[in-house]
Amino acid sequence: MKRFRRHGQESQRERIKQELYGFNKTVEHGFPHQPSALGFSPSLQLLAIGTRSGAIKLYGGPGVEFMGLHDENAAVTQVHFLPHQVELVTLLDDNSLHMWTLRAHHGVSELLEIGRFTLTGPPGAPPSVTRVTAVLAHSSGDLLLLGTEGGHVFIVKVPGFRELEERNISLEKVTNSVPEEYGGRRSLEHVESLQENPVNPRQVLIGYGRGLMVVWDLDSQSAVKHIPATQQLESVWWTEDGGHVLSSHSDGSYCRWKVAGDDPQSEQEKSEVPYGHFPCKAISKIIQLPTEQGPPFLFLSGGMPRASYGDRHCISVIHSKTHVALDFTSRIIDFFVIRDGPDHTGEPSALVVLVEEELVVIDLQTEGWPVIQTPYLVPLHCSAITCSHHVSAIPLKLWERVLSAGALQNTHYSKKPWPMTGGQNLAPDPPQRDLLLTGHEDGTVRFWDASGVCLYPMYKLSTAGVFLTDSDPNDNLNQGTEGEWPPFRKVQGVGVGCFDPYSDDPRLGIQKIHLCKYSGYLTVAGTAGQILVLELNDEAAEQTVEATVADLLQGQEGFRWKGHTRLEVREEPVTFPPGFQPFALVQCQPPAVVTALTLHSEWKLVTFGTSHGFGLYDYQQKNNVLVRCTLNPSDQLAMEGPLSRVKSIKKSLRQSFRRIRRSRVSLRKHHVNNAAKLQQANARLEAELAEMELAPVQRKIEPRSPDDSFTGLVRTLYFADTFLSDSSHNTPSLWAGTNGGSVFAYQLRLPPVERRGEDPVTAHPAKEIQLMHRAPVVGILVLDGHGSPLPEPLEVAHDLARSPDMQGSHSLLVISEEQFKVFTLPKVSAKMKLKLTAIDGSRVRRVGVAWFGSTRTDDYGESGLTVLTNQGDLHVVSLPGVKLQVQYPCIRREDVSGIASCVFTKHGQGFYLISPSEFERFSLSARCVVEPRSLVEVSSQTPSSTLPRAPPDGASVEPVLQEIQKSLEVDQTVLCRDSIVCVFATGRSWRMGRVLSLEGRC
Amino acid sequence: MNKHHRVPSNRTLSSVEVKSKFGAEFRRFSLDRSKPGRFDEFYGLLQHVHRIPNVDLLVGYADVHGDLLPINNNDNYHKAISVASPLLRLFLQRKEEADYSAFGTDSLTRPKKTVLAAVLLRPDANRKKPPVIISLPRDFRPVSSIIDVDILPETHRRVRLYKHGQEKPLGFYIRDGSSVRVTPQGLEKVPGIFISRMVPGGLAESTGLLAVNDEVLEVNGIEVQGKSLDQVTDMMIANSHNLIVTVKPANQRNNIIRSSGGGGGGGAASGSSGRSSDSGASFYGYFTPGAAIATTPAHIIQNFHPEELESDEDDEDLVIEADGEALPIPRAASASCSMPSLPRYEPHLNLRSTANGALASSTGSLSTVSTPDRGLEGRSLEEDGTLITL
Repeated sequence: MKRFRRHGQESQRERIKQELYGFNKTVEHGFPHQPSALGFSPSLQLLAIGTRSGAIKLYGGPGVEFMGLHDENAAVTQVHFLPHQVELVTLLDDNSLHMWTLRAHHGVSELLEIGRFTLTGPPGAPPSVTRVTAVLAHSSGDLLLLGTEGGHVFIVKVPGFRELEERNISLEKVTNSVPEEYGGRRSLEHVESLQENPVNPRQVLIGYGRGLMVVWDLDSQSAVKHIPATQQLESVWWTEDGGHVLSSHSDGSYCRWKVAGDDPQSEQEKSEVPYGHFPCKAISKIIQLPTEQGPPFLFLSGGMPRASYGDRHCISVIHSKTHVALDFTSRIIDFFVIRDGPDHTGEPSALVVLVEEELVVIDLQTEGWPVIQTPYLVPLHCSAITCSHHVSAIPLKLWERVLSAGALQNTHYSKKPWPMTGGQNLAPDPPQRDLLLTGHEDGTVRFWDASGVCLYPMYKLSTAGVFLTDSDPNDNLNQGTEGEWPPFRKVQGVGVGCFDPYSDDPRLGIQKIHLCKYSGYLTVAGTAGQILVLELNDEAAEQTVEATVADLLQGQEGFRWKGHTRLEVREEPVTFPPGFQPFALVQCQPPAVVTALTLHSEWKLVTFGTSHGFGLYDYQQKNNVLVRCTLNPSDQLAMEGPLSRVKSIKKSLRQSFRRIRRSRVSLRKHHVNNAAKLQQANARLEAELAEMELAPVQRKIEPRSPDDSFTGLVRTLYFADTFLSDSSHNTPSLWAGTNGGSVFAYQLRLPPVERRGEDPVTAHPAKEIQLMHRAPVVGILVLDGHGSPLPEPLEVAHDLARSPDMQGSHSLLVISEEQFKVFTLPKVSAKMKLKLTAIDGSRVRRVGVAWFGSTRTDDYGESGLTVLTNQGDLHVVSLPGVKLQVQYPCIRREDVSGIASCVFTKHGQGFYLISPSEFERFSLSARCVVEPRSLVEVSSQTPSSTLPRAPPDGASVEPVLQEIQKSLEVDQTVLCRDSIVCVFATGRSWRMGRVLSLEGRC
Repeated sequence: MNKHHRVPSNRTLSSVEVKSKFGAEFRRFSLDRSKPGRFDEFYGLLQHVHRIPNVDLLVGYADVHGDLLPINNNDNYHKAISVASPLLRLFLQRKEEADYSAFGTDSLTRPKKTVLAAVLLRPDANRKKPPVIISLPRDFRPVSSIIDVDILPETHRRVRLYKHGQEKPLGFYIRDGSSVRVTPQGLEKVPGIFISRMVPGGLAESTGLLAVNDEVLEVNGIEVQGKSLDQVTDMMIANSHNLIVTVKPANQRNNIIRSSGGGGGGGAASGSSGRSSDSGASFYGYFTPGAAIATTPAHIIQNFHPEELESDEDDEDLVIEADGEALPIPRAASASCSMPSLPRYEPHLNLRSTANGALASSTGSLSTVSTPDRGLEGRSLEEDGTLITL
């Protein structure tokens, strides 16, 4: 009976867990890593980006995002939307074509792969015959023309990928229908370009690599015209009136050809090398668009003089007298132009350029062609991200102040709205305002609006101005001088100086950030032991930042710091723009990287730690309250300088080579004709190298000892108002945890508020705990009488949190990399614990406190710890019972930087970097999920509506998948006409198939 | 004996604080570490300070690991003096009331059991001191044992290493490798974890129970299959205070052969009947006849579970309160080792930080962390290890 009841309780607990927790990877923020292809559908107003890793991402209006992943781990080389439809075709590096569609389901569109196809040539033909080099999605919507390396054009019926063999345009047919002198003697080479006649869809232009272009009539299946260009062809554009063809060539020239009229041979009207005289690089793409009145817009990519500007990544825009060479900071992948009007045939309104590191949209209708700020695809990696910090539920006031400070920084952007408008964003408004702060290598902190699906840049803070650095920040702002040719204009997307991977001084790098959302105080700490305290100010201010040095060594003997020097502070007043302005600076001595940082805005204290110790700084009185050295005197590594783990193998290699060189030198010097010695040396080197390569990776099994390196490194710092020394009086306290498993607790004495400015704050050592397993302490938390974590500073004062229970006894939770351990307070004795490493060998890498709301009722929720392990698994651990609740695999264990970059929110979500430029957002909470929900529909006719509806639930998914599997095995394409794949994934179901569902819970 | 003065104010390292307990009474005095004298002098001193001149005593002391070890000859007396830091705690018993089972590993904390003392430490009748006193096996601390012999396949060996916080390193390395398993599909190569190297003079090597190329199958009852080398490393280190490794020895010739036929009933099933098939092996079983008869099953971990290991065996986190007293956490309330500190001996405790010490005071207490008075280990698991390697 008892057992039965207990079982009932357990199943109820299981039910509650299901209502509380659920794991989803919801959306990717940032710019795709290594984009390789760009596509655009004017009718859907969607752009598509393919990447080298086989991902395909679709973006419409802000919040409208879709993502898919090809099974093949091959680069996407081309993306083409079928005109006026919701389908798109991708071409991969492995020569396979894939058909994707956006299918509405439960009012939300999903991106699904519905078919795949690989061109098969006649038996025995070389693979180049079917190697696709050009794709044309015909405006009829049901034909795909595939030009190949062999020079043939295959015609395929879509969406079913049925080859129409009888209509193929073979190289022979073409050569037979053009005069001998153009067609015959030499190969025409591959099909470089396929263009449809804008006024007569039955005519297509086939451009061959060698230069010859042929206008082919699909109905008569014969060549109507030929264009006898002789330069290597790069791209072709058929003007809108159908009267002219523009061709661009590898020598940096472009030509205009008249194709109207009956003459089978077109005449060259114009040939120009825009950056001429000296040899130029190829013009890889050419577009010309008419305007209602006045001259057309001409867009050319490339064509720069090879010798002087061959390394520039430029798109030239020529309109009337205006000629600008837009100079991008990274390689141009592709570009297109958005046009006004209901049918998107009007004035060119925006130029959209995909470069390797960002997406840039240029407003063509505003004077000066300013850049339009992108609502998505933000280049997170302008400077490498070094840390991140998330703050949930920002008060409106602070939000608005940050926004207005950011608005002042973004005056150079176009006022025009985002030109891409495809799809409807159906996601509910985010329930709260969330801020993600990223610290960067160049000393900047960027503020992102992380409330919803779009990660939107709000404000950028630069800390470099406080310090004297080698370079003047104004250096790189010099624009092109007057009359320069080509007329360069630097183009950078979001933020000034957008993608700039080289920061001037690595010491400026931001390592830790802490923002108090109630008071607007911010503290950031960096690589050279600098800690800045900043205050939000709506006015620009000129001030000197006072520096206080914190000597963390405390007279420790035998110390030799071999690392970088301290940053030099500007002594003259510095003008700070509106926004966060520094007013206090602490510099650690030795200037080691700051490893822990916490701000308590109610007490006006900042605490910081490095590998040498920790300190407490009173930013009201601007003095150090406490400095404590945690260094182990025998720890030579920490004494000497920054961590370097890759020293040994390099060093030993270098030594080996040096030894050999020395022996060789000595041989020569003494004319000792003894080759044996040299051989000996060589053999020794070889043996050493072999040992290095062949020695199995082995791990030493030894318990940690107090003499290990970096035991003194401070990993976590925590402020708590709790019962530190006796159970009747709670006092402010400071807690510090080190790499060696030590916890130090200090009792703080704060003067009364009215004397806060004068009387000193004091700190007294109260407790030291040495965990016997000596694992690094990564988190410290005090739980109140109810077992809930203590609220944040000022949270109670702002009525945003229940005041903590001060009646019951508090407990202390120490989270080490190996265990979660609860102790009683004030007398520290072990209460309970959860061992992680001893059981499954994983270690805690990141930990956060989160509130999990129930999906069933609004009023139920639980606090829990969100934990990321070194195995890449996410766990939720209950509070205060420290029981493991759920566990999900999330990040590959090899992805060390992904694991290290993880940051948790207070509501059970989190972010981690999947590439240097992309954050993956995930959710552990069943209630709090931020994911794209959007609908894309074709305004006009919808051929796909004839398809049968999707099955109402996942019941038929299994057979469908099997069927797909079968069809895939026969390397033949199948459009699942009768059985639509519809996998409800609560997240990405990459493993299940080529399906991405962006549908959440229904 | 007059040279043993009570010098409570002498706080130099050359002196050893001695706290001697007989019955309910305590005596404190100090000894010169460099000149401890002979055991019989010491014995007389004890009788003198406790004012029990004619009582035969069993003298025991708590070593740094909390084990109660006997003092009955010059050697172990000198050892006791040399390891005492800073306090040497003595426990005196009347010889006729002596509870010998108290000696040995974890003896101070183990729930008392009346175990038949098969051999007396020093037979009462024989008042003449024998020239050499041979200690009981239980006077030694086991450094390793083979456990669960009865439940494991004969090809496997479960080895327990007792780290005891001693200087000696565990001393082995592990690596990735592959082993061949018999599966329904036939022989299959599967990845495995192997011992790759032994550190000479390390604990692992000195036991002779582990060898290079032994395959590691389990760590503290948890299978390592499917776990990465780093995971297994972390598991072993996390369990290093009480590491139980199940291996498949590369050399299968030294396996323990179970006595067939179950001749001894329960006794046969226990690990005590296991013996090395190779008498030339580098270890030897050492067990007393009495123990072999009466106490075997209780002293061997049978079918241990990970939960058992969840006991507080590692809960020895050290807490230093502001007034500088170092207390091992879970033992704080335990009467057996917490000493009511007598006010007049306070100067001995060199742990006191300066009152209201602001910045510098804590550096003093930091040093106490590195030399913790770790008190006594609590261990609910108990086994005397009938197979003890010395």
